[in-house]
Amino acid sequence: MSNSVLGREVKEVASEPRRKLSLTGRRSTYLSATFLIFAIGLRGKATLPLDRSSLTSFQESLNSFSAWIDNNRDSNPFFTTFINVVRNSIDWLVRSLQLGISQTGDTRLIPQIGWLGVVATIGCVVYAIANIRMSIFAMSGFVVLGLLGFWQESMDTLALTLAAVCLSLIIGIPLGVLAGLFPKFENFLTPALDFAQVMPTFVYLTPVTLFFLIGPASATIVTLIYAVPPALRITAVAIKEVPWSSVEAAVSMGSTRWQALRKVQLPQAKRTIVVGINQTIMAALSMVTIAALIDAPGLGQVVVRALESLDVGRSFQAGLGIVILAVVLDRSTTAVASRVDSGNVILSGQRTRRTTWVGLGIIALFTIYLSRIISWAGAFPGAGLFGRTISNWVNNYVNWFQMHFVNITNDITNVFSYGLINPMQTLLTQSPWFITGFALVALGAIFGGKKLAGISAFCVLAIVGTGLWSDTMVTLASTLVAAFITVALGIVVGTWIGRNKRADKWIRPILDAGQVLPAFVYLVPFLGLFGATRFTAIMAAVVYAAPASIKLMADGIRGVPATIIEAATAAGSSPWQMIIKVQIPSARRALALATNQGIIYVLAMIVVGGLVGAGGLGYLVVAGFSQENLKGKGLAAGLAIVLLGIMLDRITQAIAHKNSKEFANAGH
Amino acid sequence: MFQGHRARKRTTYALLVGAVAFALSTGGSAQAGYTRAAAKCGTVNLADNAWVGYEANLAVVAYVLKQNLGCKVVVKNISEEISWQGFQSGQVDAILENWGHEDLAKKYITTQKVAIDLGPTGNKGIIGWYVVPWMAKKYPDILNYKNLNKYALLFKNSESGSLGAFLDGDPSYVTNDEALIKNLKLNFKVIYTGSEAALITSFRTAQAQKKPMIGYFYEPQWFLAQVPLKQVALPPYKAGCDADPKKVACDYPPYVLNKIARTKFMNSSSPAVKVIKNFSWTNDDQNSVAKSIAVDKLSDDAAAKIWVDAHAAQVKGWISK
Repeated sequence: MSNSVLGREVKEVASEPRRKLSLTGRRSTYLSATFLIFAIGLRGKATLPLDRSSLTSFQESLNSFSAWIDNNRDSNPFFTTFINVVRNSIDWLVRSLQLGISQTGDTRLIPQIGWLGVVATIGCVVYAIANIRMSIFAMSGFVVLGLLGFWQESMDTLALTLAAVCLSLIIGIPLGVLAGLFPKFENFLTPALDFAQVMPTFVYLTPVTLFFLIGPASATIVTLIYAVPPALRITAVAIKEVPWSSVEAAVSMGSTRWQALRKVQLPQAKRTIVVGINQTIMAALSMVTIAALIDAPGLGQVVVRALESLDVGRSFQAGLGIVILAVVLDRSTTAVASRVDSGNVILSGQRTRRTTWVGLGIIALFTIYLSRIISWAGAFPGAGLFGRTISNWVNNYVNWFQMHFVNITNDITNVFSYGLINPMQTLLTQSPWFITGFALVALGAIFGGKKLAGISAFCVLAIVGTGLWSDTMVTLASTLVAAFITVALGIVVGTWIGRNKRADKWIRPILDAGQVLPAFVYLVPFLGLFGATRFTAIMAAVVYAAPASIKLMADGIRGVPATIIEAATAAGSSPWQMIIKVQIPSARRALALATNQGIIYVLAMIVVGGLVGAGGLGYLVVAGFSQENLKGKGLAAGLAIVLLGIMLDRITQAIAHKNSKEFANAGH
Repeated sequence: MFQGHRARKRTTYALLVGAVAFALSTGGSAQAGYTRAAAKCGTVNLADNAWVGYEANLAVVAYVLKQNLGCKVVVKNISEEISWQGFQSGQVDAILENWGHEDLAKKYITTQKVAIDLGPTGNKGIIGWYVVPWMAKKYPDILNYKNLNKYALLFKNSESGSLGAFLDGDPSYVTNDEALIKNLKLNFKVIYTGSEAALITSFRTAQAQKKPMIGYFYEPQWFLAQVPLKQVALPPYKAGCDADPKKVACDYPPYVLNKIARTKFMNSSSPAVKVIKNFSWTNDDQNSVAKSIAVDKLSDDAAAKIWVDAHAAQVKGWISK
């Protein structure tokens, strides 16, 4: 009896998506049909194309704006005092860190702390804040950096990342707390944060060097712009998550508002804030290669220089260094988070703890001392022990693979290009702008009501205003195809590793590498396999974006309540039915989130796509970076990317929201 | 709350240990054997633009400055435009291979007077249209633009619609290819690959797979030692034939590559000034060093040493002249 009741419930869950589609689903179907009829009927009209070298008056005015800055930089007191103070302080900070661990300065042959000192100190610190396993893991990771032959470069990268992360946290956490406390302040910040996260770095690379000159300060600031938003956003979420009742309780017991924040909200938000720190570190590391274009020291430079001579092996070797740094920092901070979470403090008891601390301190100091007097402990011995081997191996493997598979990969490129990208691009670029624009606004209205329709309308008109509608449509076509592949991978692989713990264990490091490995490393092999085409750009975006979608989807699958699974099993579902009818529909909210994040990550790769044949906005941004008279156009293209990004983000978020709400309604 | 207190204490300890370690390490003066003599020549800041030919010039100049004059050379990996900005801020002393850039020259040399043209490097730059060598062999008449339409459909791919694909590279270079194709009535479409890496990889794959490919390329370039691309003849260049970018129907002008230096640096007494001013060599010289770097994968210094050791007299001339 109870079985059949549960069985019905399962059936309801299974059939529920089709039923629920009724309202929004029917509207969306009507919308697509209307759009297609008008788009095809009016094709070729009002498509707003613009030649490569032509400029609109808006783009020219952006040109003269950057010329104005250029001319007033030395006379305007804002630049001469404020900017110079900022630059000198940041330069000093990075320089001190570099003299500590990576650079020799004018009078020494090794940095102040040699490799042994760095490795031991890292080990002690990680042991103290995380655990012994993490400590050994971190130390081995750092030794591998040396064995790769990039000790100094890695330490340069570490110094720059540390500086940028510290500054990001100093700025991001207090602002995040404020944003968490005052929703109005958060609303005020949100557009700026969107802007900072979606605006391609290439756009402000040249202006930043105009203000802050070539060197560590510029590199740090470029990194800051990208790394502050996650710190700020996640802190705000953390503060908001603390139940309001516990704050009220504290206040009613006589605490001031400040005390409540300090004693109740912050401690409870701590775990999530640590997650924010973790994301900030990852964001900072993802800027390593781009910052190398303005002379940021470290591993990024090796990658960029290896690219000049298409030395895939060497760029892989340096990319591996970045991945190792990222994984060590990621796992250590995650370990801290889970420790904060479980409240499991390993070194309990005041005395033992203090003894351990003193012990660790002595070990660290002693090794630092050793690293200053013994040459093998100072400069890394056996440097590059297996660096060359790895890079030769990679070069050979890549060549072999290319030789044997290029025909297949050519066919794949053609299938996707002729079958999917070309039709999509023709549809979007050949339709009148007001038809496509209307469709986007209507989409906003269906899923997010008036407010979202308003945002979409603003974005559409502003994109038209940049003068780059046609290029935006080229980019949108590739973005949609990339997002489609990303989500498909998210569903398939995410479901797989969500159901299978062992697969998860093996796949996850690959996902991490995909997120952190600089795209420059795999661009050359991809170019060899797929040619200088939009499909190569799409593949590069998928490598970067799919891991996020897969991870989110896996989380969602794992989050499906056990009761539902049990019920389905009891009702005799086969594994396949379980996946299709129960797990995926129940994880719909995760799926929508995975789609949203997939699109955002794909958008982050638009400019990289411009480097390998995607054309569109990405190419214009790159061209603006390298040609004086196209600067304004590059800036306009950057703006168009931001507008497109905000619009797609809001629409997919609204879809996600609607989905979860409908699901919740359906459940009760 | 107790948890928070403990965690804070832990952090304080961590910071304390770190600070003490750092203070101790910086406080203790340099140990014996770890010091090095201060240089006489001082510091020279050289821009390094992202192509191997440039790197070859840089490798040799930097090597001579370090080995023969004891200078400290600081290399800045930056793009061309940012290099020119460096003259104004004083962060770059010299650019060792400049391709044209009339707009930047006007801004920084003529108007702001922060930079000086130091004359040719001796390298001749050629820009033009190139095809993969196997095609030049199989279809000899392809090397004249007039016959390109005959072969246009061979070059068709997923990116070019119904036309032949013509590949452009790094957007730093101002190209006339779109105008040329239009004005010479060729059935091609320009595909903007967006980077030199994309362009070279495409040429390399095309040659290996015997697939057709045509695109924009230039000499001197190390890649030509690996795959000797063949240049397609366009209507010859005459002075002024490229004045209106929309009406260009002639080949690219020959480029005399030159060196640019910061005015204040040139007026200083640094012995490096003379070397940079006198530095001059041939395309073959540059190609040999570039090959050592890009193909044999030697370090800049090792590549430079081979060339410098073989050309001792020439190097002596740069220093003493």
